[in-house]
Amino acid sequence: MTQLFTVEAKGIEKSFGSTKALRGVDLHIDAGQCLGLVGRNGAGKSTLVSILSGLSKPDAGEVFFHGEPAPSLRDVDGWRKQIATVFQHSKVVPQLSVTENVFLGSPAVRRGAVDWRQMREATRKIIDEWNFDISVTARCETLTVEQLQIVEIVRALATGAQCILLDEPTSALERRAVDRLFERVNQLVKNGVAVLYISHHLEEVFDICSDVTVLRDGEVVVNSPIADIDKDQMVAAMVGELPATANVTDELGVLLQREKAGNGEVVREGLVVEDLRVTSSRGDVIGVSLTVKPGECVGVTGLLGAGVATLGRAVAGSQKFDGGTVTLNGRSLASGRRDLSLRDGVGYIPENRQLEGFVAHLGVGENVTMTITDRLARRFGLMRPRRRDEAAVALTEALSVISSGMRQPVGELSGGNQQKVTVARSLMSNPSLIVAVTPTRGVDVASKSLLLQSLIEASRSTGAALLICSDELDDLVDCDRIIVLFHGSIYYEFSSSPFDREALIAATEGISLSDRTAS
Amino acid sequence: MTIADRAKPQDPELALIAPSGGFNKFVRKNSGAANLIRQAALVPVLIIVLIVGALASPFFFTVDNIAGVSQQISALAVTVVGESLILLIGGMDLSLESTYGLAPMVAAWMILPIADDGNGWLLSPFLGIVILLAVGAAVGLLNGFLIVKARLNGFIVTLGMTIVLAGMQNGIVKAQTLFNLPPAFVWLGSADVGVVPVSAIAAAIVFIVIGLFLRYHRVGRAIYAVGGNPDAARAAGIRVDRVKIGVYVAGSMLAALGGLMEAGRVSAVTGTQGYGEGIIFTVFAAAVIGGVSLKGGRGNMVGAASGVILLGLVQNILDLANVSNYWIEAIDGVVILFALVLARVIGGKESAE
Repeated sequence: MTQLFTVEAKGIEKSFGSTKALRGVDLHIDAGQCLGLVGRNGAGKSTLVSILSGLSKPDAGEVFFHGEPAPSLRDVDGWRKQIATVFQHSKVVPQLSVTENVFLGSPAVRRGAVDWRQMREATRKIIDEWNFDISVTARCETLTVEQLQIVEIVRALATGAQCILLDEPTSALERRAVDRLFERVNQLVKNGVAVLYISHHLEEVFDICSDVTVLRDGEVVVNSPIADIDKDQMVAAMVGELPATANVTDELGVLLQREKAGNGEVVREGLVVEDLRVTSSRGDVIGVSLTVKPGECVGVTGLLGAGVATLGRAVAGSQKFDGGTVTLNGRSLASGRRDLSLRDGVGYIPENRQLEGFVAHLGVGENVTMTITDRLARRFGLMRPRRRDEAAVALTEALSVISSGMRQPVGELSGGNQQKVTVARSLMSNPSLIVAVTPTRGVDVASKSLLLQSLIEASRSTGAALLICSDELDDLVDCDRIIVLFHGSIYYEFSSSPFDREALIAATEGISLSDRTAS
Repeated sequence: MTIADRAKPQDPELALIAPSGGFNKFVRKNSGAANLIRQAALVPVLIIVLIVGALASPFFFTVDNIAGVSQQISALAVTVVGESLILLIGGMDLSLESTYGLAPMVAAWMILPIADDGNGWLLSPFLGIVILLAVGAAVGLLNGFLIVKARLNGFIVTLGMTIVLAGMQNGIVKAQTLFNLPPAFVWLGSADVGVVPVSAIAAAIVFIVIGLFLRYHRVGRAIYAVGGNPDAARAAGIRVDRVKIGVYVAGSMLAALGGLMEAGRVSAVTGTQGYGEGIIFTVFAAAVIGGVSLKGGRGNMVGAASGVILLGLVQNILDLANVSNYWIEAIDGVVILFALVLARVIGGKESAE
């Protein structure tokens, strides 16, 4: 008699066209177990999640719940009773109340009418039982990202599912919210729920998972208790052979230097921001002054809402500022005029690549060259598509963008490659200042370091000033200086690496560790 | 290009996504064939319609009839180009049908003597045509300003504008029809070169020029970027608002030009030209059947042209087949709905939405 797992997948295969996304994946999660699922972008994680959630059908292989074959895909309620997924992007209807969202699609009915009282009570019972803190009647659009996640977890619990899939649950959460989420996950696990935890952040996997499964190229390459593996082994398993990152960035440096030389402009003074004041729903910036010298890399960090992203947007010309000045090479930049800032030499990697990074159905070549159409255009503003694609090839290769060609729509690429396209687009214009806002969000480990090294290489080789605004401290490790914002103002400046991680975290929380930084 | 020729580093993802070697495929036109198929999706349907036409009437395949059809649809076709541009930036403009009536009405009113219900300015017909285009530009500018700068909803703004403009069309001439238009004014819509109507040539030129502009001009490409993802376009330094307003202006000017062709064809400007005839449904239908997405960013002039031709031929066949006048609109509507379904089936998920 074999053990009956809460969820078991056997020999799952799935292809999209000629691409094999999954090649015979076996995976099982037991009650009271938290299994981490890690892998690079394109390794097959999302495909596996959609198969386990009952959203798509495997080409071969089968899913079992408690030893029973999974219900058919049409039986949505049947799946939901077994397994519930909290997706990376919230699947909550913002206009409806918490209760309605919890019972979305299968409301409690009594005598032909929706039984509001029973639904509210059932929801309240779960919320009380698990010590969550949201009102059952609150409209979901008034909730924070963290609270929305709780709604989805409550929804999962309400269906009686014995297994919960968490797909990148921390990508939009600030640090303290992550801690609270972990407490909740631990609580779920302790009470016998099986949890599948999918994340790019390996530290998180080490923090809360009891076991880990590593996917690479659609295959399980490691399946081990977390205690038996260390971080380096895990990265090695995810990446296979490490791509020659160093060579790639050298090539990038040479390429950009040549382009820059051809363009003739020399970076002289770098960026000077004086008393910048911005009002924004993402967090205000209140009187920030800073400088970034040519070839220097300055990081800006802080909690969500501390004004980190707002500062980046304002400097890049993507957001109007109320007061203060932004000066690049002695030239004052216009407020909220991205087109003018681009002309004045500001390259910009926006915060959210899905929203601002690229046009999904246009090709790689066209997206990458979008910032330099003025240079590519010949007489009467005409451009040849072929010329455009040729102009994009060298840089996309230097950033090792993987695509089937310059005409492949960027929407079809994996997340990491999409981000590389966004970075290529910003470097294409030979900027004197590169503003990168959370440049590695949702990107896997190997691409992450490649992206950061590329940015630093671009800055060093061309003398461009580099400003990285990010709430992920890993993005800032190689910076020359790190400025910490707290409630929109500069709280502390760390002026020499290596940076003390704990002191950085404390500073983002507004706690002074002057005695430590002094030492 | 040496960098492009060099082999890729051994990235594990490469094997998965791009199994077949070298790097020169980066400049390969991989989606060219697929694009062509999508663009030509309506060709088989057109062929079927032509066969049905030939069966329906022996007169269908005569030079007279084909020339007549092409003259009939050119005015509409130019308007469809205008609407397609506006759809491409992710907008919509219901008021094109009123611009199509108002612009020639204002121009004719300023050309004609008081005896012919004009205002007695007796402008030259050439100046009249300039006025006509200026009316189009002004309407487009106003729409663009209200939608882009004042951030009003495009549907409701242009719906309101439709009614205002149609009211003005009747108001300035007290609901009279203007006849006795000077030859230079009607030339575009009525003259022939050999057997080919000038309006058909003009419409073809508009399609080709705008088609090439969209494909090869930086502003044309910016239109696709703005329609596909305005925030990404803005972050890439494209002046999104300016592109959008420019397209509203161009779209309305094309509608005005279409109105000039129609006035020339019937040698008069009637109070019902445009809004009264309800041409906007046909305009939208032709664009959408031709694969121009209502969500913006997708579509091209080859598709829009085939949409127009398809609807023109269907209309012609219904006329030739002696369908009862009382029923012709209902049948026309059904055919358009059917064509939309067909376009969706052929063009796949992304079309006709």
